[in-house]
Amino acid sequence: MSAATPAPAPAASSRESIALSVLTNPLGLIAAILLVLVIATAVFAPLIAPFAPGDLQIFKINAPPGDGYLLGGDGSGRDIFSRLVYGARNTLIGALIALSVAAAIGVTAGLFAGYFGGRREVVMSWIADGLMALPALIVLLAFYQSLGSSIQVSMVIFGIMLSPGFYRLTRNLVNGVKHELYVDAARVSGLSDMRIIARHILLVIRAPVIIQTSIVAGISIVIQAGLEFLGLGDPSVPTWGGMLQDAFANMFVVPTAILWPGLAISITVASFVLLANAIRDRLQQGNRTAPASKMPKVVAKPVGAAPTDNDLLLDIRELVVGYPGKTGWTEVVKGVSLQLRKGEVLGLVGESGSGKTQTAFSVLGLLSTGGRILSGSIWFDGRDIANLPEDEMQKLRGKRIAYVPQEPMSNLDPAFRIGFQLTEPMMTVLGISRSEAKARALKLLAKVGMPDPMRTYKAYPHQISGGMAQRVLIARAISCSPDLLIADEPTTALDVTVQAEVLELLRDLQAEMGMSVILVTHNFGVVADICHRVSVMKDGKVVETADVRTLFADPQHDYTKMLLGAVLDDVTPRTYRPRMLKEVSA
Amino acid sequence: MSDDVIVQCIDVNTKFGALHVLKNVNLTVRPGETVGLVGESGSGKTTLGRAILGIGPVSSGRILFEGHDIAGVAPRDRKGNAASIQAVFQDPYTSLNPSMTIEDILVEPIVARRQASLEEARARVRTLLDQVNLPSDAAYRYPREFSGGQRQRVAIARALALSPHLIVCDEPVSALDLSTQQRVLDLFVEIQERTGVAYLFVSHDLSVVRHISHRVAVMRGGEIVEFGDCDQVTAHPQHDYTKRLLLAAPVADPVRQADRRAALRALNTGA
Repeated sequence: MSAATPAPAPAASSRESIALSVLTNPLGLIAAILLVLVIATAVFAPLIAPFAPGDLQIFKINAPPGDGYLLGGDGSGRDIFSRLVYGARNTLIGALIALSVAAAIGVTAGLFAGYFGGRREVVMSWIADGLMALPALIVLLAFYQSLGSSIQVSMVIFGIMLSPGFYRLTRNLVNGVKHELYVDAARVSGLSDMRIIARHILLVIRAPVIIQTSIVAGISIVIQAGLEFLGLGDPSVPTWGGMLQDAFANMFVVPTAILWPGLAISITVASFVLLANAIRDRLQQGNRTAPASKMPKVVAKPVGAAPTDNDLLLDIRELVVGYPGKTGWTEVVKGVSLQLRKGEVLGLVGESGSGKTQTAFSVLGLLSTGGRILSGSIWFDGRDIANLPEDEMQKLRGKRIAYVPQEPMSNLDPAFRIGFQLTEPMMTVLGISRSEAKARALKLLAKVGMPDPMRTYKAYPHQISGGMAQRVLIARAISCSPDLLIADEPTTALDVTVQAEVLELLRDLQAEMGMSVILVTHNFGVVADICHRVSVMKDGKVVETADVRTLFADPQHDYTKMLLGAVLDDVTPRTYRPRMLKEVSA
Repeated sequence: MSDDVIVQCIDVNTKFGALHVLKNVNLTVRPGETVGLVGESGSGKTTLGRAILGIGPVSSGRILFEGHDIAGVAPRDRKGNAASIQAVFQDPYTSLNPSMTIEDILVEPIVARRQASLEEARARVRTLLDQVNLPSDAAYRYPREFSGGQRQRVAIARALALSPHLIVCDEPVSALDLSTQQRVLDLFVEIQERTGVAYLFVSHDLSVVRHISHRVAVMRGGEIVEFGDCDQVTAHPQHDYTKRLLLAAPVADPVRQADRRAALRALNTGA
């Protein structure tokens, strides 16, 4: 819920910053330079090529390089270099045609299908699926037969064949974004659908569409060259595919001639794909922080000796938790000390970013990627478990330290029945048989208040409500009789009447099993309801720890006072003064 | 009639296929008044708010706004004051387009409704930001540079841009921290007292609703089970469900909370 959730940056970045960071990526830079070179060659072909593409000198048939012909002559005595240069132009024009047709049809159809949905989407998707089912090459050959040798017509047709790729991409993107609240807000503001699409939706889809464009450009160059190689192009127009065909015919005379068009095609296609990858990398990366491996190594030394008080289950001393930031470790927990007695419920309360969840997760050994305990000790039952090796931690988790999460639904695997998800951990942790685990699971489900344990046991997670799912997770957490239960905002996602029931259940189970509980919450009502003691956290530090009655009756720290002052429990209802609007407008 | 009622929902029904989400809902909001709409998930409170905004369906019934039926009329087809009905949504992280500056966001409704030219609208941005206590240099920054509470202030400023007579607030403070929540609620009250705007304030949190509302409607399963003055509904509830809802919300006082817990248990076993 709090702290180390990086802001979702990619979609927000402006085009300029994407372009810039793609160019700082070495592969992206090389690909961009090569593409600029190819495009410049195509544009300035007459200036670069020493000969016209059709110029032939009869004595230079299959001539070796030199004597005016930089790369030698082809099978008809034409300059390979000049044809390569003009070929770049014709090949790129062909690719551009296919690309424009595919993007224009696909993106437009995808925008409308995605935004308006309904029958339009169904029909368009049928057409797209139909097009995708057609074998492109065969269709192109058929059209070649009926429409003649223009490679440009073929590329228009190929563009239509490629459009479903753009269509599906765009439609899925639009479907993802059209229920965003800012689209609703734009509709409430009175924007027409066209303006919403233009202002809000195009912005989101442009980057993935650019990636797709780059990849499709590569594909269409390959297909176009393939068609020409098969002899389906216009022999009078110099293209890379046509050159390949010519060189192939003379392969035993001049084996090197096939190299040049081959290289041109490979380099151009590879550049398009690499550029697409560079853009994608950039978009997926978001805000980059230094990887943990480059950070200075940290070895947390135990603070003090194991507590001698046998009644003390958990003793956290001067705990510091950090995440890798741009300039070293960013501390999110800054020297927290907490004590938890056996059978005690400790509330860890604070606002978002206070470090309460990070503190609790340190005890579980489940910090998010990159997170480390930088210093301090977590004495659990006489043993320091701060930075314990993962395999040792695994033995503790589930068996002695259990966890109840905030979002019950996302913590149950939708693909498995609840019974399986309950019995599996028990069989692993306790080493009991399947039938024994099942008997225990049914008993547990009854214990957490399921009216029909067998039915829940056989149900899939989507068949039960959020409140029921949280009961199932509580059942799973207590299934191995843990000594310590860590509950992270266990009722925040639930309705208030369900929350009351779940708190009731937690209270009963805690009293019955005598386990200790750390309850992370932002809700002082929940604290007042169930906790014995409370620690108030702010900016990674505990500002106040007290017995629950003392804390509410006599808060010491200013921050606690401020928070309690912000609780809206006892407010005087407002009184309505009619005709207020008229007073204002008069 | 239209003098003392700004919105009147008459027998509003909404069905999504076989799901009957709103069942004969009747509700009124008076000018300058806050009506709190409280209920649990699936009660239909958000659906009612969206129906009034014109972005959710109405299967039957009428929604009169200043005397004109606006049920099923899309926002862009609304005329007069109905066109200025605005919304503040729950999640300040997704209700602002991340790739637009605050200025673009605030200017959008003004330009869309042709209330002013782009230049005039830009000049108004500073006033709007001032109204929600944000510095004027906020205009050139992006939503990601602001905290949740600040973003919600931007969303409120956007709602105020058209000088609306009614703002539908859908859980506007649920995603905020306790201290931020109180400041944003105070801002809502202050704006109402200054401009006379009416709020339909949708929330699951009864303490929030009690803080800001003049009247409260309690919804359950698509029906309004209780509707009356705030004090009446939240201090002396008549309906069993309202009583349960009130007692279920834990209060920040261990001694009183223990009593309420016992009372809730008694109510549940008695029912």
